[in-house]
Amino acid sequence: MSTIIDGKPATGPLPEESTESPLGPSPLQRFLRDYFSNPVAIGALLVLLTVILIAVFAPTISPQNPYDLGQVDIMDSRLPPGSESMGGMPFWLGTDGAGRDMLSAIFYGLRTSLGVGVMSGVIALLIGMSVGLTAAYFGGRVDNLIMRVVDVQLSFPAILVALILLAVLGKGIDKIIVALVVVQWAYYARTVRASALVERRREYVEAATCLALSHRRIVFRHLLPNCLPPLIVVGTLQTAHAIALEATLSFLGIGLPITEPSLGLLISNGFEYMLSGSYWISFFPGIALLVTIVSINLVGDQLRDVLNPRLER
Amino acid sequence: MSAFIIRRLLQSVVVLFVMSLLVFFGVHVVGDPVYMLIAPDADQADIQAAIEALGLDRPIYEQYWYFLVNALQGDLGNSFIFSEPALKLILQRMPATLELAFAAMFIAVVLGIPLGVYAGLKPESIPARAIMAGSILGFSLPTFWVGLMLIMVFAVMLGWLPSTGRGDTVAVLGVPLSFLTLDGLSHLLLPALNLALFKLSLVIRLARAGTREVVHQDYIKFAHAKGLSTRRVILVHLMKNIMIPVVTVLGLELGGVIAFAVVTETVFAWPGMGKLLIEAIQQLDRPVVVAYLMITVLMFIVINLVVDLLYSVLDPRVRLKEAGQ
Repeated sequence: MSTIIDGKPATGPLPEESTESPLGPSPLQRFLRDYFSNPVAIGALLVLLTVILIAVFAPTISPQNPYDLGQVDIMDSRLPPGSESMGGMPFWLGTDGAGRDMLSAIFYGLRTSLGVGVMSGVIALLIGMSVGLTAAYFGGRVDNLIMRVVDVQLSFPAILVALILLAVLGKGIDKIIVALVVVQWAYYARTVRASALVERRREYVEAATCLALSHRRIVFRHLLPNCLPPLIVVGTLQTAHAIALEATLSFLGIGLPITEPSLGLLISNGFEYMLSGSYWISFFPGIALLVTIVSINLVGDQLRDVLNPRLER
Repeated sequence: MSAFIIRRLLQSVVVLFVMSLLVFFGVHVVGDPVYMLIAPDADQADIQAAIEALGLDRPIYEQYWYFLVNALQGDLGNSFIFSEPALKLILQRMPATLELAFAAMFIAVVLGIPLGVYAGLKPESIPARAIMAGSILGFSLPTFWVGLMLIMVFAVMLGWLPSTGRGDTVAVLGVPLSFLTLDGLSHLLLPALNLALFKLSLVIRLARAGTREVVHQDYIKFAHAKGLSTRRVILVHLMKNIMIPVVTVLGLELGGVIAFAVVTETVFAWPGMGKLLIEAIQQLDRPVVVAYLMITVLMFIVINLVVDLLYSVLDPRVRLKEAGQ
């Protein structure tokens, strides 16, 4: 009766508010709304997306291929920013000692740096996640042993572990990825274990156990999705760490070989010219590295605030 | 208590042993130092003589056994490049590294605590916001790049400070130290500042968080009510209570500073053991690499052990938890 009080038929178009689900905004909507409430985080996300796009499309958007000898002229070497090549091509950020356009070299370097950082992050995440879930789900001796190893490893600083591994393994892109994975996996394992230990005691896991589901199904379909939020946060911040660490190791000359120039290697190459005043060869790759790391860190900080259940808004 | 100490000691020995295995076998699988050391035109007999002189012709487990027996007697082999005991080379360079590390810690504390306390007392003020933004940068900036920029600005552009080396040193009890001469101090300033940057950001954050927590507590209010000057309340009552977490974290971070000195030493050509390590890795000087890694790992194990033992003395819960297992 009440629906036709002001003459509208009950079957008419619904009022605007009730197009939303009766449960309120979905978790994804709430997440997006919370994330975009902070202008700094929006800016950081835009910068990060730009950096990623540059890295992905580096070969297409670079003014030249800095590693194609046909396009690089030694006569153009060490030109300051803003000068032009013999052929009239502008060098916005100057050129390095071999006459390469710094802007192009930075685009290619970003590609290598991000690639190594993300790849090692993903592998470390998968390994750490499996190990952490195993430790939390089975507990007892398995848990004890795994966490002992994690504790011992985390008591050494990352750079020392990486130095030991690279002294042992030698140079190469595969070796630095191995070193970065070994450095990072323990952080993921510890994070996943901590949240899985809490989740394991929840009713839904008990219900799944009562339904006699297999261990595997409970761990991967029930436990894992509920441990993801802290994992995403740690993953973002760890990727920034990995990129910085790779740059440091490449700078020391024990990371990537010269054939895979990352930002760290570009900075290292500019080191020798800096004392004679050619600052731009080291300066601009460093700025690119800084922008990348800061934007990832800011996005990670905002993700932590948004995904933290204790800060329910 | 003694059971706890014994178990921790045993654990440390196991870690050290595993590390020695890992490092020794790993380092001996990579590269061939023989070809680095002899002239390119050497004939087969010379090569054979060099291999025998270096002991590289023995089976690897035999080499490891000799290494282990000698290592326990303090002999980590001779450097292939310098023909001197590797341990001696490392120990010669250690004072330079330790001096740099302690100078960095000193800067971090002396600058970090006042800045952090200020940011904690007036969190909304503009200088406090600038300090916190600076500390975020300090966490994000790669150490080596900051080092290069310091050299560029202060050594190349302004010409105020030297960019490489240690400068004049004074021997105190046979240990050369830079900070006692004006020239040495000017050489020390840039590298120490560079190495301090990360820890400085950390100290600022710790001091700020501690101050914000302590400042609202009753004993601070009481001290004000008693009529003490603000200066005294901050310097005595507040400072004492924020120092506990700062000192704890700095103790744990000392090892990290020593490890990270590798980067700063390479940038500023500071003649410490980190620079020696990087050169040894590039020249495949195995005994020096192994000796550096073993000494650093040993140093870490000792630091961790001391911290653990101190905790178990200070906090009985740690001991009880161990005993309950």
